[in-house]
Parts: sequence; C-alpha cells; structure tokens
Amino acid sequence: MATITELSFEEAYAELSKLVNQLEQGANGGAVSLDESLALYERGRALSEHCQKLLDDAELRVSRLNEKNELDPL
Amino acid sequence: MSDAFTVTGINGYVRSLMDSDDLLRDVWVEGEISNLKRTNSGYVYFTLKDSGAQLRCALFKRIPNAHTLEEGALIQAHGKITLYVDRGDCQLYVDEVRASGGVGQLYEQFEALKRKLDAEGLFDEIRKRPMPAFPKVIGVVTSADAAGFKDVLNVLSRRFPLAQVVLSHTLVQGNDAPPQIVRALEKLVAYGKCDVVLVCRGGGSIEDLWCFNDERVARAISDCPVPVISGVGHETDFTIADFVADLRAPTPSAAAEILTPNITDLQDLIEGARLDLDYLLQSTLEGAKQGLTQAQRTLEMLSPQRTIADMQQRLDTAQERLNAFPSRLISLWRERLASKQDTLEATNPHAVLARGYAIVTRKTDGQAITQPKDAPNGTAITIQLKNGTLFARTEDETTHGNYNRTLF
Repeated sequence: MATITELSFEEAYAELSKLVNQLEQGANGGAVSLDESLALYERGRALSEHCQKLLDDAELRVSRLNEKNELDPL
Repeated sequence: MSDAFTVTGINGYVRSLMDSDDLLRDVWVEGEISNLKRTNSGYVYFTLKDSGAQLRCALFKRIPNAHTLEEGALIQAHGKITLYVDRGDCQLYVDEVRASGGVGQLYEQFEALKRKLDAEGLFDEIRKRPMPAFPKVIGVVTSADAAGFKDVLNVLSRRFPLAQVVLSHTLVQGNDAPPQIVRALEKLVAYGKCDVVLVCRGGGSIEDLWCFNDERVARAISDCPVPVISGVGHETDFTIADFVADLRAPTPSAAAEILTPNITDLQDLIEGARLDLDYLLQSTLEGAKQGLTQAQRTLEMLSPQRTIADMQQRLDTAQERLNAFPSRLISLWRERLASKQDTLEATNPHAVLARGYAIVTRKTDGQAITQPKDAPNGTAITIQLKNGTLFARTEDETTHGNYNRTLF
C-alpha cells in the first residue's frame, strides 16, 4: 500500500471510498475479518485526515509554459 | 377644417421632411439583396431586406463595384433615403456599396465550416469525452492578459485550489490568433501532464471571437488527447470551438465551475466518509460481539462440562439404585426365609405335639417307634409330649387290660 502522505486527493479519496465499501461488507457479515476491518478503519481515518489536510492547505498553483515548454511561475 | 391635401402635395411634404433629416441624408444600411434588376441604361434597382423588413434601393450612379451586387448577397449600402413621390415609397438612393462589414461573409464561412466539420463527425456526441472528476492539472489556452483568464483563476481558487493551472499563452483575437491558439494547444499536449484543457476567452464582438471559428483551431481541439472544455465569449455566443470541444461552457468562469468540484462539497464528502467509517466500525464490532456471544452460547451447549454434568446425573441415579439394592435384597431374602420358615414350621414334629400327638422313642437307643414290633413287651420307652416327657414300659394287650391301676 502506498504511503498516504504521497497520495493525491483523488487517489486518497478513491481509496477511502473503496475502503468504506469493504468495511460495509464486513459490517454486513461479508468475508472481512475483524482484524482486517480494524486495519481498514485505521487506514480510512488516516486517508480522510490526509484528504482534509489537502483541502485545508490547498492553494491554487498557477504557472505558465515558456518557450522551452517549461513551467514558469505566474 | 382645412382643405384636403392632394396625394402629390402630401407626398411632396413628406419628402421635404425626409430631405431635411440629417440621418436620412447620409446613412449606411445593411441587408440582403433581393429583386435585383439591372436596366439597359446601367441603373440598378434592388431591395435590401432582413428578417423583419425591406427597403427599396436605386443605384443611379456608376460605381466601381456595382457588378458585385448579386441576389442574396449581404451588403451595406450608403446613400440618402427619401420618398419616391410617384409611388409614395421610401427609397434609398445608393451612392456607395461595400461588403457587409465582413460579418455576412464570416457568417457564411462559419456555416460552411460548421457543416463541413459536422459532416466529418467532429461534433458527434459519441466523441465527447467526460471531464475528469478531480482535475489535477488544468491546461488553459488563453491570453495571460485576458479578463477571462483572471475569472478562471478566481473560480478555481475558490472552488478547487487543489488544482494546478498551466497557462499556455496565446493571442485570442486577430488574424494571428488561430495559429497561435493551435500552437498553444500543441504545447500543452507536448507538456503532457494536463488532465483537461480549457480553451477560453472573455466576451467581445463576433469579430473578436472569430479566431475560435477557425478550422485549424477546431482541428487542434479535436486532436487534443485530453478532454477540452471551451468557454468563449458570452452565454449566447457559439463558436466552432464550442461545437468541437468535449464540453461547451457559456463563459470562461462557467467553464472553470463546470470543471471542478466545489471544495465545500469535497469537505462534506470527506466528512461523510469519516462518519461512514465510524459507523461501520461500530457495527462491525457490534456484529463481532454478537457473533462472539452466539459462539459462547453454542460452546456452552456443546461443552464437556455439560456432558460431565449429564454423566454425573446418570452416575447419581445409578448409585441411588445401587444403594437401594442391598435393602431390597435383604427384604427379598427375608421374604424367602420367612416362607421357608413357614414350611419348616409346618413340618416341625414339635408343632405336632402341640396338637396332642406324641413322639415315642426307645429309651435304649432313642429310636422312634413306629410299629409294635419296635417295642416288644417290657421295652422302656419315652413319650415326648408338648410340655414334657412320660417314661413308660410296653406291655401286651392282655396285661394292659388286667392292670387297671396306676403304677404309683
């Protein structure tokens, strides 16, 4: 599994959704062990905190392509 | 009541009014040519019309471009408007003609290009790609100085500051704009990291927006490997770029809005996911606990403890029965003994004595005397009775009859 802090918002949120689904199966008596459920929950919490942090810290980055097709800050 | 005017008189009056009007003396009128008639004398008559009205025109002067006048053409004609008294018709006396500010032609071009590209399938719904849900890198093709670009940045900062904006600068008006727009798109494609490209320009006249009706621009948009959203001009403006783009937004800021989720929605989403997590963990634990209780109950039911208890009970029962056994045996034997005793009693010779019988034995050897020859005359015998013993001596029947006395 990827380190959470390296995930983009989209990746983190996608994993979070997937994980909520898995946990849901567990809660409905699916083939998810209690240990797995706890692990899923822990990771889910971490993912949601990461997402929240990304949102809180987000600041639009704007740059401009120069002649060499490199980014210049704008 | 004043006298009535003659028709000529009143028409002359109207004409003089019109002739004294500054605007009508020097006016450009735009419209489409119809009812074009050229006379042998070189005069040209036609009607200018638009969707709502028409105006008679007469060209009496020789002008260099008179030959360009043709049926259906959209032109602008200059001259003065006055009344043709003979008919009472308003008429434009044309002294100059020009192509209709380019707009009519442009419109034709626009329609022709639209038909062409449409026929090629460039506008087909099936070609339209969906916008990414969370665009990470948004390429923007516009002018760095355009008001539309600032609008885009404002919207993105507010709604989705997670995004990165990469501007590929280009002119967005004038003849040089189309190749520049194409180049700007190509640069973004070469840069390669954009999830989506926003082609935009703020509002302006139709000529200002014309570069977005260029075939090269249209093809560059259609060739773009990532989805393209257009936001050109005002709500009502449609350009070829709009048709060919994967999604058309009415304005640049609208494009930025459509493109991005709102950060508050995202916060709600994350909050929702967190609540889901908590709830699901809770119910998972709840479920596990229930399962455990159930298992414990089952375990208890299957427990050896229970079997042991059962066996214990069986053992107890057996022991009780075992304990009861000797006393039953004794009473059984007692009963048996009693019955034997009864039998014994019944055969006890002493019991017979009680009823008056006697046992007679020989004194010498204690032999029981059962017949007369066992005790010939003079044999000492003992006669055992119930309560004691008699001692006697046998005698023959005669002697016994003669001795009617006691011995003592």
